[in-house]
Order: sequence, then structure tokens, then C-alpha cells
Amino acid sequence: MTKLTINGKAHEVHSEPDTPLLWVLRDELEMAGTKFGCGRGYCGSCTVLANGEPIRSCSTALSNVVGKKILTIEGLSPSGTHPLQRAWQAENVPQCGYCQAGQIMSAAALLMKTKKPTDAQIDDAMGGNLCRCGTYQRIRRAIHRAAEEV
Amino acid sequence: MNIVKVSRRDFVKLTSAASAGLVLGLQLPRSARAAEGAPFPLGTFVEVGTDGIVTIYVSKSDMGQGVRTTLPMIVAEEMDADWKHVRIRQADLDKKYGRMGTGGSSSVRTMWTPMRQAGAAARAMLVSAAAAKWSVDAKDITVSNGVVAHGAKTATFGELAEAAAKVAVPKDVTLKDPAKFTIVGKKANRLDNPDLVVGKAHYGIDVRLPGMLYATVLRAPVFGAKVASFDATKAKAVPGVKHVVQIDAHGNEAPWAGVGVIATSTWAAMKGRDALDVKWDAAKKDESSATLSAAMHAAVADGGSAKQVRNDGDVAAALSAAAKKLEATYEVPYLAHATMEPMNATASYTADGLELWLPTQFADWNAGSAGGAVGTKNVKVHVTMLGGGFGRRAFPDFAVEAALLSKAAGAPVKVQWTREDDMQHDFYRPASVHRVVAALDANNKIAAWHHRMAGPAINSWMGQGDPAESEVFDKEQLPPIANARLDFANVDSVVPRGWWRSVENTFNAFAVQSMMDELAHAAGKDPIEFQLSLIPAGHKVEEKGVVTYDADRLRRVIELARDKSGWGKPLPAGRARGFAAWFAFHSYVAEIAEVSVDKNGAPRVHRVVTAIDCGIPVNPDGIAAQVEGAIVYGLTAALQGAITIDGGAVQQSNFHDYPLLTIDQMPVVETHIVPSTAPPTGTGEPGTPPIAPAVTNAMFVLTGKRVRKLPIIT
Repeated sequence: MTKLTINGKAHEVHSEPDTPLLWVLRDELEMAGTKFGCGRGYCGSCTVLANGEPIRSCSTALSNVVGKKILTIEGLSPSGTHPLQRAWQAENVPQCGYCQAGQIMSAAALLMKTKKPTDAQIDDAMGGNLCRCGTYQRIRRAIHRAAEEV
Repeated sequence: MNIVKVSRRDFVKLTSAASAGLVLGLQLPRSARAAEGAPFPLGTFVEVGTDGIVTIYVSKSDMGQGVRTTLPMIVAEEMDADWKHVRIRQADLDKKYGRMGTGGSSSVRTMWTPMRQAGAAARAMLVSAAAAKWSVDAKDITVSNGVVAHGAKTATFGELAEAAAKVAVPKDVTLKDPAKFTIVGKKANRLDNPDLVVGKAHYGIDVRLPGMLYATVLRAPVFGAKVASFDATKAKAVPGVKHVVQIDAHGNEAPWAGVGVIATSTWAAMKGRDALDVKWDAAKKDESSATLSAAMHAAVADGGSAKQVRNDGDVAAALSAAAKKLEATYEVPYLAHATMEPMNATASYTADGLELWLPTQFADWNAGSAGGAVGTKNVKVHVTMLGGGFGRRAFPDFAVEAALLSKAAGAPVKVQWTREDDMQHDFYRPASVHRVVAALDANNKIAAWHHRMAGPAINSWMGQGDPAESEVFDKEQLPPIANARLDFANVDSVVPRGWWRSVENTFNAFAVQSMMDELAHAAGKDPIEFQLSLIPAGHKVEEKGVVTYDADRLRRVIELARDKSGWGKPLPAGRARGFAAWFAFHSYVAEIAEVSVDKNGAPRVHRVVTAIDCGIPVNPDGIAAQVEGAIVYGLTAALQGAITIDGGAVQQSNFHDYPLLTIDQMPVVETHIVPSTAPPTGTGEPGTPPIAPAVTNAMFVLTGKRVRKLPIIT
């Protein structure tokens, strides 16, 4: 049994210690907002925050996050009104939407450290989050919009 | 499952009808909220609740193109509904909805009239109910924002729903004058946005059923190989692994043989698969990208195996008499779809039949194939959200696997593909080679065009139709040329082929619009002026009295893109513009790319200005999004996309060797939509074809060298 803190709540999970956090979230805890994209940390669809740092949950074993505070898309704001979530809607960012939880979590990590990111800082922070639908220019606009609100 | 499953019947029993809608409205994610306040059907596609909530059934699959917003907009427009009260439900597979298959940029085009009729019929039923209630003439009744009125008398849709549902659905309805549209033509945000930004949107991968098991399949790495034998001992020793079963190929639509591992979690299934020991039989292993390329080049060089598709005038005579003659050979590789959500499917097979939960573009096709594989005609399909489609999710292979696995396990099963599975077991955009010989006359008009192309056709993979039909371009995709010939040679390949965003238009636009640019430069003309000079004013093509092509609309998008891009005006040092235009999916698109080239010769695309004429722009922001996405999809392929074959297998496996465009590579894309009163046409795909030639034509301005082989960066 492993103790985890996710979105401020304590959980006890029974997955094997080598299980990637992604599958613990999705299969055991039924928190399906975090998505499986590549399984190797290349695409960012599975991004969650661990102690405020973005991590790829598909390639982070359960044993490596014990004692860390995990934040997922479900916990970003209790009412779905985090400035990024509002900006994402205002800019009509999602197309298929599948990568967007990971995009928003990477953007959230960026804004925690950098209140008003430049385009270059956005490129750096978001370069590991792939979107096959090509929503990048709306993602950029939404991050700037959210930064104005924070 | 994420979607809260409150059955309507149960809920109505528990809650008074008057308050039900509002309560649910607050509790459920918006996309799942239907007219729970005692819903009354007004035709096939519309339900109105006593709470005034209008639920619209969406019969097309949404893979990101936004039909779950656009189709309801059309219905709501004709209903005069209050857009804030509109909710959506994804339609389960049912013949009553007509063709549910989603592809070919056809959803809005083909559903435009049926959706308008559905909305107008529902409106007429509400008006009839009000007329009877008030004993007034229906002609004197007005409807606006979900409120029906006659003089001082008003009633909401909710108040009239029950009575309206008793009115016969009218067969003939009057449609609105488009000049009076208030919803169509204005920006509407995605109805799914509130769910999408909190992680509650429900994709195929998110399906979860009671007692469900999780499966992965180790598929033959070499195309066409079969399972010779396998040892499941180690796999079965992995905690959580329940069953290990052989899966056979089911024709060219589900061509993967493999061994499935069924377990109590995804991770256990993956570990079990890693522990499998499978021997594959000897399939053909001699194909490589080099052998395929050589065969395609040989076919266009000698033309012996090519079949004539069109032959107007006398090409040979015109070529020999021409003032200037150009010859060029263009080549493109196989491409993978690489949807962000890897393939998956969930099936529950019982003695009663098969129930499927699928992120599919073709519920109808999938149902037949999966039912056939397990021997039942009783198949139910629930369509989930799709994490990308682009043509890949037309195929029924993942549904067939899930059905077979569920039958073998005697339990509901979700089969989950890995990224590697997905990359190496796709139905790929065909590779092709094009040899174009074209000539200019003394007036710098195109005197002759001989286009010979070769490649493994989609039709020849699927074993249906003439191979040329799935690969060649239409006559309207060239300007009128008196002497024009097109030949196609089908080349054998073991690699499965399928429809990839804009299909044959990708390589045809690259070859045709590259050669047009080469001719413009040979003629010493501005490339845009050259192409405009070839478009005859007033030229139209009609089929059965319907205009299917209007050259003036092509001219207008070219002029609009030219004017908005600053074409001809100075750029920062080291940048140049390139132009291409294309007509596809009944829409007209022109694109102008601003490009620079680094010291290694790699291009960077800074800005793309595009103009599209797709008829009445139903949701302009949605169209802009589709054009942005189509450009990214095409640009990714043009810059860096290639699936290569060695030993009969795909060499790429994940995003490190099949890289997608990243945010730092993203150009600024400006989309300009031509105002139109013509019926709506395609928007999901037409933006893809012109981007590759627009970029390579700009590179020629910068370097003086032609890029005739994609991808640009190798």
C-alpha cells in the first residue's frame, strides 16, 4: 500500500510500486482527466504537478512520488474557474481536447513561477506538450490572457 | 465513467419535473446535461424538456472538428432556440439518424439541410401547440430565444414541450431566410469547453464498465505476419494477468495478427505483454522504403505500368511544339496519423450480442465489422469523444480487437494501444512519386501538362474500386489546359494505406502547385499573377444543374490572401513568401507562407496568411481553428514527417522519431473567410494541401533550389 496526496486529499493505493503514476490515477483512482499519449514522456498529455513541478506521469513510477503533493487537472480549481481554464474557454483553445489537460497543467506550472511569461518563456515551458490538432497559437494567447488576470 | 449516468426515467421519478432541469444543469457537465426535466421528442434530433432545455442529438463523430457545436447551431438557428439552453447528446448508432460515418469534411455540408429541417420542424410543432392552446392562427405566432409569442401571450419552449410532442412531425417546413440568422455566422464557443478544461470530457480511453478487464495486444511487427506459436507462461505469471489469447487478422480493414493479454489493469496488461514470447511466421520481409521508392520512380520513368486516367488534346504534339518545356519529379513518403489518443476500444460481448464504446469516426462500419468478427448482428455502439481522428478512426480494427477479446475473456474488455502500436500499425497516407512534364507557349500560357504518378493506392489496399480513383486529382484542380494528360501506376506494397487528412490532395497539391510555381518562374512572372492569369472568368462546372466548381471563387481567395499578406511588399532580410492555392472538399483555399532558412538549409515558417471560401461560414471561429489545425497537420508532414519501411516493418515508433510540430515551431496563422451565401462546404481538410508547396515555393525564392521531395528536413 502506498500513501499519496493528490489534489490536497490523502489516498492509499494498492498498485505495484513500479506502476506509472498515470495508471494509478486512471485505473485505480478513476481520475481520468490525465491522459495517456506516448508512455515515454515525449508528448506531455499526462502532465501533472509534483510539488509544483510539471512531471510526466506516464513515466514516473508510483514509488517516486511518495510524499509529494500531486496536482492534477481535476484539482486545479474546485470549480473549474482557474484563470487558465477560463482563458482556455475564452480563446476556444481545444479542438479534440485530448492533450489539453496536460497543456493546462504545464501552463499552470509556468505561471506559478513566471507571472508574465514572454513568448520565449512560453516556448520553453510548453515545448514538450504536443498538440496534433495545432492549437498552439490559441494556447499562447490563452496563457497571455490568464497571465493578465493572475 | 466520467459521464454521470443518471437515467432520465429514474431522475424524473425522484425529482419534480419543474425543477429537474435546473438542478441537473448545475450538477452535470454541460455535454452530459440533457433535457432531464421530462424530455419530449420533437422529431429525431431534438428533445425539449419541461424545463426549457433543448437537447440536440449529434449523429456525427467529433474528432476535434467541432461538429458537436456546429450541428446544434444549425438546429437552434431554425428553432429560434435560446443558445444558452442548448445541450448535446452524442447519438448512439441508429439507422434513424441516417449515415453516421464522419469523414471527407462532409458533416456540415451534408447535414446542413437535415439539421435546418430538424430545427424548423421542432419550431413548427411548438408553434402548433401554442396556436391550439391560445386558439389563434399559427401564422401570427412569433418565436425568439426559446419563447413563443402571440400578442401579449407568451410561452416558453418548456411550457409547450409536452403538447408539441403530440403534434405530428411536419414533412414540409419553411426554412429561415439566411439574412435573418442570429446564431449561424457568429462565433460560438465549443459546447464541450467546460468539460474539456476540467478533464471531464469522455474519450474512448476513459470508458469504464463494471467488471471490465484491460487488454493490450502484441501485434506482428512485420506487415502480414501471423502468429506461428507463443509461450504465455511468463505473461500469465504477471500479477493481474487473466487471459492470454491469440488474435487473428480480419481482412484488410483489421489486418493485425497478434497475441492479446487481458488483465485487471492497463499496467498489468502491458507488463504481461512485455513477458510474452511469440514466434511469427515468415511474412514478406523484402520491402523497404528504398525498394518502394525505386519501384515508383521506375513506374513514372517508363510509364509502361501506368494507366491513362485522362487525356485531353494532343500532349505529345504540344510538348514538342512548345517554347519552353519543364520536367520535374516530386516524391512524398508514407505518413502516420498519430492522433494524440492512441487507438482503443471497449466491448462487452454476451450471448445476447455485442455492445461497443468507441472513439470511432464510423460507428456504422465498425459495428458491422466487429459484430461479424464475433458472429452477431445484434450490435450496439456508443460513440465517445475522439482524441483526434484525421481518417485513422474510420477503420474498424480496434473495435474488432475489443470484440474478440471480450468474447475470449467472457467479460467487458477495453483494449488499449500504446503509442508504438499506433505508430507501427496504422493505415498510412500513401507514398507517391509524380513526374510532371509541362510546357509554356510563346505567350507564357501552359500549352501542355503530362502528369504521371505512381504509388500504392488506398483502393488497392482495401481491394475496392479502381486504384487510380483514390489517388489522382480532379480536372478542376488544374487550370483549363488544352493538352493535358494524367496517368497513374499502382505500385504493390505490404504497407496498409488509408485516408489521411485531405487524402490524395496532400501529394497532388504539392506536385501541381510546385510545378505551377516552377512555370511562373520560367515565364518570368509573379507566381500569383501567373496563376490568376490562367483562371478564366465565369468558368463553372455543373453536375445535374448544381455548380460543383466556380473559378471566380478560387480567384477571390487568391486575391484576398494576396492582399492580406502584403504580397510584393518588403520583408525582413532573409525572409520570403511562397504561394499555393487548392480546391478540395468543395472549398477554395489560398495560402501564403513567410519563410526563412537557417544556415543548415532548414526552413522556419513565421506566418501563414490564408483565405478560405467554404460557403456560409456557420461558425467562423471554428473554421479558423480548422484552418489553423489543417496547416499544422500539413506543415508537420512537409517539414519533418516520414514513415519509413525496412524489412517489411515501420522503423519509427514514437514521437522522438516521428516528431510533431511544437509550439516554438508554430507560425502565426491568419485566416480570412470569404463571405458567402452558398451552402456550407468542407473546412476540416482543405487547409492542409496548400501548405507544403507554399513553404517550398518560398524556399526557392530564398535559395534558388527546388525542394521536390518531402519531408524538407531529413
